[in-house]
Amino acid sequence: MAIAPITQISGTAVPIPGADIDTDRIIPARFMKCVTFDGLGEYAFYDVRFDPESGEKTDHPLNDERFNSASILVAGINFGCGSSREHAPQSLTKYGFSAIIAESFAEIFYGNSTTLGLPCVTSTRENIDILKAACAADPTLKVSIDLDAMTVTAGDLSFPVDMPASARQALLAGKYDPIKELLDNNDKIEATASSLSYVR
Amino acid sequence: MGKTLYQKVWDAHKVGTLSDGRTQLFIGTHLIHEVTSPQAFGMLRDLGLKVKYPSRTFATIDHIVPTINQDVPADPLAADMIDAIRKNCDDFGVTYFDLKSGKQGVVHVVGPEQGITQPGSTIACGDSHTATHGAFGAIAFGIGTTQVRDVLATQTMAMESLKVRKIEVNGKLRPGVYAKDVTLHIIRMLGAKGGIGYAYEYSGTTLDHFSMEERMTVCNMAIEGGARCGYVNPDETTFEFLKNRPYSPTGDDWEQSIKEWKSFATDPDAEFDDIIRIDAEDIEPTVTWGISPDHGISIGESIPDPAAADPDEKAVIEEALAYMKLPAGTPIKGIPIDVAFIGSCTNGRLSDFREAAKLLKGHKVAEGVKAIAVPGSQITAIQCEKEGIAKIFQDAGFEWRAAGCSMCLAMNPDKLVGDQICASSSNRNFKGRQGSPIGRTILMSPVMVAAAAVEGCIADARETFKVTENSAA
Repeated sequence: MAIAPITQISGTAVPIPGADIDTDRIIPARFMKCVTFDGLGEYAFYDVRFDPESGEKTDHPLNDERFNSASILVAGINFGCGSSREHAPQSLTKYGFSAIIAESFAEIFYGNSTTLGLPCVTSTRENIDILKAACAADPTLKVSIDLDAMTVTAGDLSFPVDMPASARQALLAGKYDPIKELLDNNDKIEATASSLSYVR
Repeated sequence: MGKTLYQKVWDAHKVGTLSDGRTQLFIGTHLIHEVTSPQAFGMLRDLGLKVKYPSRTFATIDHIVPTINQDVPADPLAADMIDAIRKNCDDFGVTYFDLKSGKQGVVHVVGPEQGITQPGSTIACGDSHTATHGAFGAIAFGIGTTQVRDVLATQTMAMESLKVRKIEVNGKLRPGVYAKDVTLHIIRMLGAKGGIGYAYEYSGTTLDHFSMEERMTVCNMAIEGGARCGYVNPDETTFEFLKNRPYSPTGDDWEQSIKEWKSFATDPDAEFDDIIRIDAEDIEPTVTWGISPDHGISIGESIPDPAAADPDEKAVIEEALAYMKLPAGTPIKGIPIDVAFIGSCTNGRLSDFREAAKLLKGHKVAEGVKAIAVPGSQITAIQCEKEGIAKIFQDAGFEWRAAGCSMCLAMNPDKLVGDQICASSSNRNFKGRQGSPIGRTILMSPVMVAAAAVEGCIADARETFKVTENSAA
C-alpha cells in the first residue's frame, strides 16, 4: 500500500466561475447510480456543461477547447459544499484534474480530495482572481503548485498558498491514504473499543 | 476548566495521533446506505480486509428506493445497488434493515428510531446529514467513501479536531414557527460557510423544550451552515425517547447508561471558541429564495434586489435569481408553486406529519399542485396510517407514499420536471438538487409546505390555517 509523495503539481489550469460550487453541481445525484467510481469523469459538472433543455454544450470553460488539457482547477469560495459524496472528487480526478486552487473549500470535500491525493490549496480572492485572469488570457500558461514551499507560480506570477498542516504533511509523506497507519494501530483500537461501554 | 460534550466524546474515542498530526478517532456506530457504501466494500475486497466490528455497522436503503412500489427498483442500476448492499451486508455480517424488515427508512430516521443513536457516542455515515444524530448528544460526522472503507476496516478514521461554537436559542417560539425555521434562521444569520471548522452546540431554553424530533431537524442542517457536526446535550427528553427502543440498553444497563450519558453533557464552566445568542421571538417562518440554504428570508420579506446589494453580494444574488427566475424586490409570498414535498431526513418524522395534518385537516391542495407526503421510515408510515394522519393527507389531495429519501435528492423516480418550483421540507435548494437540472426548490417547514400546497403559492401558514397567539398550544 505504498504511495508516492506529492510535492509538485504542474499543468495548465482552467478557471471555474462562481462561489459555493456544491457537490451536486460537480456531480449531479443521478450519476451516482453506480457501484464503482469508474466512468464518473465524463459526468463532472455535467449540468453546467450541457444545456439541460437542448443538450447542447454551454459556454462553460470546461467546454472551451483551449482548456482541454487543463489539470488544475481554479475556483472561488466554499468549493465543494453540500453532500459528502466522494463521487465529486472522484469525478474530478477521473476527468483529469490533479489539484484545485480555490479561495476556500468545504470540509468534507476537502478531506475526501486529500485522501485521494487531490491537493486542495487556498489563497486570497485577489490572488485567485489574478490567476484566473492569467489563465483565461493564456490557456497554455503553465501553473505549478509547490507543496514544499507552499507557493503557486505561473509565468511571472507567484503567490503563497495555504493548506492545513496535516494534509500537507500527509501529501508530502505519501501518507494521504491513511489506511495502513490506521490498521497498524490495531492494539490501540481494541483497547479503545473495550473502554467504551456501548461497544464492548 | 470544564469541557464541552464535543471534547469529552472526542477524548473518550481518541485512539492516538497519526504521523500527519490528525487524530485516529474510534467510531462507535457506523451507518451505511446503498449509495456511498458499495465502492467501500469493493476497496475492502481489493485489500483483502474484513469488517472489524460487524456488530457496530447498521445498514438500510433509502436514496434510490421508489416511494411507490418500494420493491420494484426504478432501473437496472438501482437494482444493482440494492443487490450490492444486500450481498455486502450478508458477506461481511452487517445488520441490514431491508424493505421486508418493516424497519427500513431514511438512515437518519432509522438510527434514532431503533435506539442505535445514543448519547456520548461517535457516529459516522457516508452522508452529510449524519449530523442529525447529534440531537442525542452524539458526535456524528458525514464522511466520504474512502473513509467508509476506513471505518469498516478499522472502526476508526483520521480526523482533524474542530472548534466548538455554542448557538444558544432562548425563549418561546411564536405560534407557526418551528424547528425548521430555527435552523434556517441560524444558517441565514451565519452563512453557508460560517460553520467551517466548527462543531455546533445548540443550546438554550428553546432547545431544552424541543422534542427529540425537533432537535434532529436543527442538527440535521448543521452541514448547510458549513459545520461538520452539530449536537444538543442529552437530557431527560433524550432518555425518555430512547427508553425501550430495540437497541437501547435494558435492565441494570439502562440506569448505568443514563449515568454515563449525563456525564458527557457540557460542563457549566466549559469554554467555547465562539458563542452566538438568538432570541426565539425574533424567528419568523423562514423560506429560501435562492440556490444556497443561506438564501433565506422570513415569509413577510421581499426577494433581494441585486441593485440594492453590496458589490460582494450582487453577483451571487444575480446568479441565484437568474436560476430561480424570481422577480427581485417583490414579496416571496404569492410566488406560485408546482410541487409540494413533505419528507426527508430533515422533516420526515412522525411529529412533522402530525403537526402538518392537524392544520391541513379540512383543506384541499390547490388545483394544479402535485403534493406528496413521504414518511421517513416504514415505522413512521405505519404510525401515521394508524393515527389517521395518512388519511388526512390523502383527503386533502396529497399522495401518501412509502418511506425513502424521495424528492430530497431525486435519485429515485420522484423528481421535478423542467423548471417546476417545489415547496419543500428538505434541506438543500442547490441548482438541480431535486432531479431536474433546471428545477427550483424553496425550503421551508412542513407546515409551510402544507400551506403552500393549499394556496398554490408560497404562503404564510399562520394565515392559511388561522394560527393565532391564542390557538397555539
